[in-house]
Amino acid sequence: MRNKGVVIHYYLMLLPGLVWLFFFNLLPMYGILMAFKDFNPGIGLLKSEWIGMENFKYMFELDDSKEIFANTITIALAKMVGNLIVPLVFALMLNEVKNRLFTRTVQTIVYLPHFLSWVIVAGIMLDLFSYSGLVNQLLALFGVEPILFFASPQIFPSLVVGSDIWKEFGFGAIIYFAALTSINPEMYEAAAIDGASQFRRLISITLPSVLPVAVLLGTLSLGNILNAGFDQIFNLYNPMVYSTGDIIDTWVYRVGLINMQYGLATAVGLLKSVVGLFLISISYTLAYRFANYRIF
Amino acid sequence: MVEDRSVPSRVLNGLNILLLVVITLLCVYPVWYTFVISLSDKAAAGAGEVFLWPKGFTLSSYEMIIADQQFFKSFFISVQRVLYGTLITLFVIVLMAYPLSKTSKQFRSRNIVMWMLIFVMLFNGGLVPWYMTMKSLGMVNNIWGLVLGGGLPVFNVILVMNFYRNLPKEMEESALVDGAGPWRTLFNIFLPLSMPVIATILVFTIVYHWNEFFQALVLMTKNENYPLQSYIRQVTVVVDPSKIDAESAKRLSSSSNQTLNAAKIFISMLPLLVIYPFFQRYFIKGITLGSVKG
Repeated sequence: MRNKGVVIHYYLMLLPGLVWLFFFNLLPMYGILMAFKDFNPGIGLLKSEWIGMENFKYMFELDDSKEIFANTITIALAKMVGNLIVPLVFALMLNEVKNRLFTRTVQTIVYLPHFLSWVIVAGIMLDLFSYSGLVNQLLALFGVEPILFFASPQIFPSLVVGSDIWKEFGFGAIIYFAALTSINPEMYEAAAIDGASQFRRLISITLPSVLPVAVLLGTLSLGNILNAGFDQIFNLYNPMVYSTGDIIDTWVYRVGLINMQYGLATAVGLLKSVVGLFLISISYTLAYRFANYRIF
Repeated sequence: MVEDRSVPSRVLNGLNILLLVVITLLCVYPVWYTFVISLSDKAAAGAGEVFLWPKGFTLSSYEMIIADQQFFKSFFISVQRVLYGTLITLFVIVLMAYPLSKTSKQFRSRNIVMWMLIFVMLFNGGLVPWYMTMKSLGMVNNIWGLVLGGGLPVFNVILVMNFYRNLPKEMEESALVDGAGPWRTLFNIFLPLSMPVIATILVFTIVYHWNEFFQALVLMTKNENYPLQSYIRQVTVVVDPSKIDAESAKRLSSSSNQTLNAAKIFISMLPLLVIYPFFQRYFIKGITLGSVKG
C-alpha cells in the first residue's frame, strides 16, 4: 500500500473540521477555569485570582441548588419513562392495524411535532392554555373554573412532561416501527394455526421482539438524567413556577448571563457536565455490554 | 397476516383504530388551530369562539406582517443562516468522515481524532465559557456566530463515517488501481453512493438551523439581528408577568395580539410544513441508521 503520500491528504481533509472543532468546541473548555477563579473581566481570566473550590462550596450553600437539582431530576425522569413507554405502546397499537394507507397517514402526521421548534410549540401552548384559551373553555363545559396553568407550580411540571411526550412520541416510535417490520410473518402464521388469538400473538411474539430495543433505549437515556430540556422550559416558564420548573440549565443561564455571576454559573455548569459525562459513559458501557451497541 | 374474526377481537380493533385517530388528530390540531386563529377576527378569537374554522374571516394579520419590517429581516437572517450553515456543515462532514472511515492501520492518527470527537460530543464547557469564547472571537452580532457557534456536529460526522465504512472495500481498491487519489475517490465514488445519509444530515442540519433560537438570543444584542425563531419568541413567548394574574389576563384577552401572533407562528413553521412530506423518508432512514446497529 502506497500510504505515505495518501496520509497527507487525509490530514488535509480533516483540517477544516479540526479547525472548527478547535475554535468552537475545544476553546470554550478553557473557560472552565472560571469555576476555580474569582473571575474579573477587567484583568482577564489568566490573571484572575485562584480561589479553588470556593464557587462549589458556595453553590452547595445556596437554597436554589437543591431545588434545581431536584427539579431537573424529577422532570428528566418523568420524561424518560414517558418517552420510553408511550412510543412503544403507540407503535404496538399501530402495528395491529393492517390498512397500509391508514398506518402511513398516521405515521406522517405524528412525526410532525418533532420538527417544530420549542418556540413555536410554546407559543401555541401559551395560547391554548391561557386564561380564556381553548383548554379552559373545554373545562368550562364540565363546570371547572378557569385555571391559570402557567402560573401554577403544581401543574407546571406536568405541562412540561406532557408536551414533551406529545412532541416526541411519534418520532420516538420510528425505531420501534423498524423493529416491528423485521419480525418474521411466518411466526404469526404458525401461532395462528396453533390457535393463538390476536392478543396472544401480541403478547407472545410482538412484544418480546421489540422489548430489547426498548431496554436499549432506556439504558441509553439514563445518561441524560441531568438534561430536563432547556429549550422547552426556557420558553414555557416564568418566575411564578421557578419553584418546580427551574432546572440546572435555566438557572445557569439566569445566574451566569443575566446576573453575570460567571464563576458560580460556570461551577454549576461544570458539575453538571462532569456528572453527565460520567453517567453517559456508564449507560454506553452498559448498552455495549448487554446489547452490543456501539456508536462507531 | 392472519385475521382474527371473533367478535371481541373486532371490537378491540375498532377501539384501537378510534384511539389512534384521536391521537393523530391531537398531533395536528394545534397547528390547525393556530392557522384558523390567524385568519379570524380579533374579537372572535379573544372571546374563544374559534375551534375548527376561522370566525369572521380576515387577512388583516397577514397584512400586518407584510408591513412588519422586522419580521422580514428576521426571516431573511434565518434563510441566510440555514444556507451558510448547511453548506459548510455538509462540506466539512463529508471531508472529515472519509479519513476517519479508514482503519487505524491505514491512517494511524484516526483513533486519536476519534476519541477527541467522542470527548467533545459528551463534554462541553457549559454556557458561560461558551459565551465568553464567542465574545472574544468577535461572534457577537455576527451571523457567523450563528452558523458556526453550535460547534462541529460530531454525531453527524459519525453517521457519515459509519456509512462510508459499510461501502464495499473493493470499489475503493479498484479506484486506486485506476490511479484515483483520495480526493477523487471521495468525490466521485464515496459521495455519490452516500446520498441517503447525506440527505439525512441535510434534513437534520436544515431543521436545526431553522429552529435554533437560543444562541441567537445570547449572541445578538440588537433585536434587529434576531433570526426568525428568536424574534417569534420575543413577541409571543416572553411572559409579561402582568399577563399572569387573572384580572389582567381577562383585560388583555380582548385587546391582545393573539391573531397576529398566531399568524407569525404559522408563517415561521410554514417552510417546514411545506418541505416536510419530501424529507420524511430521509429522516426515517437517518434515525434507524443512528440507532439500531448490530
